[in-house]
Amino acid sequence: MDTSKTQELAHIGKSVIIKGELSGSEDLFIDGQVEGSIRLDGNNLTIGPNGQVKADVAAKNIMVEGKIEGAIHSGDRIELRKSAIATGDIVTKRIAIEEGAFFKGKLDVQRGEAGSGGS
Amino acid sequence: MASVTNNFMKFFRSSATDAKAPANQSVAAQRLTRRSSALVEVSRSLQSEEPLCVLDIGYTSAGNIRYLTERGHKVYSEDLLEAATDPELMTQDEQGNPVLDSKRFLSENLAYSSAQFDIVLCWNLADYLDEGLVKPVVGRLWSMMKPGGILLAFFHTREAGPDAPCYRYHMVNADTLEMQAVEPRRHMRKGPTGAKHTAIGTGFRLQRVFNNRHVETLFRDFSSIKFFLTRDNIREVLVVR
Repeated sequence: MDTSKTQELAHIGKSVIIKGELSGSEDLFIDGQVEGSIRLDGNNLTIGPNGQVKADVAAKNIMVEGKIEGAIHSGDRIELRKSAIATGDIVTKRIAIEEGAFFKGKLDVQRGEAGSGGS
Repeated sequence: MASVTNNFMKFFRSSATDAKAPANQSVAAQRLTRRSSALVEVSRSLQSEEPLCVLDIGYTSAGNIRYLTERGHKVYSEDLLEAATDPELMTQDEQGNPVLDSKRFLSENLAYSSAQFDIVLCWNLADYLDEGLVKPVVGRLWSMMKPGGILLAFFHTREAGPDAPCYRYHMVNADTLEMQAVEPRRHMRKGPTGAKHTAIGTGFRLQRVFNNRHVETLFRDFSSIKFFLTRDNIREVLVVR
């Protein structure tokens, strides 16, 4: 696995392809392809503009600029940037969706501490 | 139903594909506001304290997602118009004409359990969707909706003309919508090879015009239908499952 640690941030480059289970206790930036599952309890996940993820994902904050297919569970906030293509069910407390983002699936914003948002 | 659809497809079929693209590209960024009587009725249902299951099958709208989730409802989102541009849906009918594979389309989209949704926001989908998909999609929607569930749809009148832009709709409040011209995503612009329905160029094209009788026929399996006439050449329709 070609992951390198850069200032508390693991980075999966765009030429990297991973199949399997990813878990960790640091933030992760994915610009390559990941298939399987990703679990980053309490940490942040960023799917870069070249990132292609086919996985069930769990992280505290999730930002998507690329493509993700799978169930997405965020402990706090999900942000779908305008280039995002997200397919799958989302469970989160807060969400922001930029105009132009594509989302197909169920969105369950859990009520409680925080509301939801879109932009 | 297919024959009915065939009959009124002729209104715009030829002109739709020949129509010129809008001269002003920035039209997609503009937002127009309109009052919606049908939305008022939908909003009454949205006041429910029980969380409702709402399906939005228009272009992904951050505003709609925010509006609905703020009220505690569960939102399901699918952009069926974009999904219909998948080149892999192309097949041929018995005469060798290019058509979309509706069975495959429904196996990949609207895959929900029966009687799941309280509200379906259909917007103007039927006016722009490929002819062969309209009836199967409405049938699927019927099966996915709860008895008593409501469906909101808009239909252009013939006066709107073949170049009527395809709008996405954003819910602003209980009776107001913002309309924004749909700008197809880059990867959609290719479209299925040879298909006449596709979003080639700068926007989707009106495929046909439904009159009231066609609309009633389209939703004949539903228990009731209500029309709201507006000044902007759009009929708002509220259908109850």
